[in-house]
Amino acid sequence: MAATTYVGKPISRVDGRAKVTGEAKYAGEFNTAGLVYGYVVSSAITKGKITKIDTSQALSIPGVLQVFTHENAPRPAHFDRSFKDDDAVAGAPLKPLYSPEIGFSMQPIALVVADTFEIARYAASLVEVEYKAEKPETDLTSKPKGHKAPKGKSGFTPPKDRGNAKKAFEMADVQFEAEYVHMPEHHNALEMFSSTVLMDEEGKLKIYDKTQSAFNSQKYITQVFGLSKDEARVVSPFVGGGFGSGLRPQYQLYLAVMAALELKRSVRVTLTRQQMFSLGHRPATLQTVSLGASEAGALQAIKHEALSETSRGEEYTEVIVNWSGSLYQCDNVKLDYYLRNLDVSTPMDMRAPGAATGVLATETAMDELSYKLGMDPLELRLLNYAEVNQLEGKPFSSKALRECYAQGAERFGWSRRNPVPRSTREGTKLIGWGMATGIWDAQQKKAAAKANLSVDGKLVVASGTADIGTGTYTAMSIIAAETLGLPIEAVTFKLGDTTLPEAPLEGGSWTVSSVGTAVQEACEAIGKKLFKLAKKLKDSPLKKAAFEDIAFADGRIQLKGNPSASVSIIETMRQTGINYIEEETTALPNFLKQMKYSRNTHSAVFVEVEVDEDLGQICVRRVVSAIAGGRVINPKTARSQILGGIVWGISMALHEESVLDHDFGRIMNHNLSEYHVPVNADIHDLEVIFVEEHDKIVNPLGAKGLGEIGLVGVAAAVGNAIYHATGKRVRDFPITLDKLL
Amino acid sequence: MSSKVLTKPLGDVPVALPPLQRVTLTINGAEKQLEVAPWTSLLDLLREYLDLTGTKKGCDHGQCGACTVLVDGKRINSCLSLAVMQEGKEITTIEGLAKGDQLHPVQEAFIEHDAFQCGYCTPGQICSAVGLINEGHAKTTEDIQELMSGNICRCGAYVGITAAVEQALKVCQSNAQ
Repeated sequence: MAATTYVGKPISRVDGRAKVTGEAKYAGEFNTAGLVYGYVVSSAITKGKITKIDTSQALSIPGVLQVFTHENAPRPAHFDRSFKDDDAVAGAPLKPLYSPEIGFSMQPIALVVADTFEIARYAASLVEVEYKAEKPETDLTSKPKGHKAPKGKSGFTPPKDRGNAKKAFEMADVQFEAEYVHMPEHHNALEMFSSTVLMDEEGKLKIYDKTQSAFNSQKYITQVFGLSKDEARVVSPFVGGGFGSGLRPQYQLYLAVMAALELKRSVRVTLTRQQMFSLGHRPATLQTVSLGASEAGALQAIKHEALSETSRGEEYTEVIVNWSGSLYQCDNVKLDYYLRNLDVSTPMDMRAPGAATGVLATETAMDELSYKLGMDPLELRLLNYAEVNQLEGKPFSSKALRECYAQGAERFGWSRRNPVPRSTREGTKLIGWGMATGIWDAQQKKAAAKANLSVDGKLVVASGTADIGTGTYTAMSIIAAETLGLPIEAVTFKLGDTTLPEAPLEGGSWTVSSVGTAVQEACEAIGKKLFKLAKKLKDSPLKKAAFEDIAFADGRIQLKGNPSASVSIIETMRQTGINYIEEETTALPNFLKQMKYSRNTHSAVFVEVEVDEDLGQICVRRVVSAIAGGRVINPKTARSQILGGIVWGISMALHEESVLDHDFGRIMNHNLSEYHVPVNADIHDLEVIFVEEHDKIVNPLGAKGLGEIGLVGVAAAVGNAIYHATGKRVRDFPITLDKLL
Repeated sequence: MSSKVLTKPLGDVPVALPPLQRVTLTINGAEKQLEVAPWTSLLDLLREYLDLTGTKKGCDHGQCGACTVLVDGKRINSCLSLAVMQEGKEITTIEGLAKGDQLHPVQEAFIEHDAFQCGYCTPGQICSAVGLINEGHAKTTEDIQELMSGNICRCGAYVGITAAVEQALKVCQSNAQ
């Protein structure tokens, strides 16, 4: 691969200064004179009906402008389809304040709008509500029967079975079967959902929204309220964490726009932390994995069945069981996926949706099988290594998982592992080592970008994508600077604005792949124009050169192999009288090339835990994660993404659980003190290894995307290490200390 | 099965709002005099009345640390303090740490170690780190991890945060000598 100036080098975030000085503004931080505040009143029951709602006391408070309820709120659109956003699933989306019916805990039932936040909050506490409550059903495990998941939304393809898994399992030398369960998790990005709707003198809206796609929010708002795109611009320069929760517009957006249009005022609505638990979440799942193997350890049958929760109104699906058909070589596979409708809010994509949970079950089962076979867990995986993706019947575009296993194991010291569970201790601490595999997709979506190079040497590149902490600003600046051979300081990247070229939802690990390709293409188009101009210069050393013969570096266009034959980019523009060059492109995936291959990222995760023998306290002392994710654009921010994924995996294994009281259908720990996520003292030695793959199938950049892969497999590796430490297998996640005693 | 549920305020509801109170604070070196409701938190005063939105609201319950500011050099959760309780105090927020273009060593270290992703917890983490350095209790990496555990980072940037605080602690100690 050619030498690079920026790509593959650790570059500090270009938006770092804004973030450490407090200059970076998030959706709920755009203040304006005359802004009023909306405060959401949440339902106190989970299922039933509002029989009476009295807002008179709230309205009597000075400073209260209006209280919207189902009795007086407008109903701007009638059909479900108007409420369907780009990430909507099959069914009927929530229509806030449309009816007295209550379908899930903390459903929004009123919006109080007042001059100040404090008055709105106070008045919200004065709204009197009488309900007729019914007994809700929220326990997935109470009746483990569901219905076949529909081919609901794009992305979910019902997996194909192969061979005869039932028979092969029965005939297998060694059989293993177990049931795994994990509870719902809530994204809990640290920034709460917020929308600030500014109304100008003509009544046009400028909406600052917390979202992973400004275009998706705009689409939703224009459809529901019958506005033109010009009347509803959505802006989102910084997002305080998404993890999937920003893939669909949340109800504060609807409520803020509704109030702004009704009151002809600029309005802000911010949810409380408690209300963040009324949104979409990672659904609880109940899974059964059955593995059949020969004495020597060759997999002969894999059966994976999952039951997952969804709401009454919508059929949320995610890819849970399919991974079991791709991970290993096995000729007999049966995969089944069921849904059960419960009285909960519709689940949503949450970081590595489906894979985080499906691979958790499969990779725990593989570990259990290894002990049954008396085999090293890593050896079992290598023995069943999938050279092709049997699920899709295609080769992988690239797959350096073997190298991940090797480098990860070497770094971790896996070869020194004593295979016997509960065999290593330090005083009262039991020490265990576990490992697991991870897999995710490497996708590319259609994306547009524009670039503008001015004669002063400044390059402004723009695409309406998002940076939810993923490092989009920096990665795009790197790609642009590299393509045109400019210093990165000369590049400005703009995003999060519906007036910019359209980008896909920021999710699924496809942003660098999709938007990065568009950025590269737009800059290349400028490069071609520059080259044409450079050839025209008097005494140009490039006169006879073809575009393939030249390179852009150090602000110059130079002949490859003879860098002294070069012209300055700025001089070229000056001498030809060009003030700026602007190019806009839409980059499409090369479907014909891509469809012949399975495109995936892979990981190998190794974990060391210590468990207090008497108290059951668990500490993850060490994690090594080796990642095969194609080409790494910025190792600095890429490492951070993987580190974050590891922390999420530890969290999934040990901490996170939205605890429901099934009598009332309410979440009991709906705050950040009782909904546990790791704090600094929970996180110790984490190491990331990137095993680069050179893959020109996934996209021209060769980058596969890293947002999810860092999480997949981690929770299983932690659980497997706990088993190795204690000899006790916990199949009910999270693994809290009480389950070890 | 169905049942009747009623949610209503407890006791008599005062209809008149509490009168505004005057409060004088020194914020990032500048004296500010404001008339605020007594129930306005220091956090809301900063964000909604002074446009100092660098201080973040992540839970409003003192559970996440995003709202950490320095009051007379000590770190506090500004969501747990009413603005009027801080009469006469010197408040430093994230906007007040840099000296002109010169970032505070903690800010520098956060960029260098990529100690954040989305950036929303970052101002709180940085103010907390400055408070930690002022306290002078942290001697080891484990101390830093423990003493920084009041600030949640949902992106999971703890490895970078610990490294950044460790570096900044050394820089501040050598600057002080």
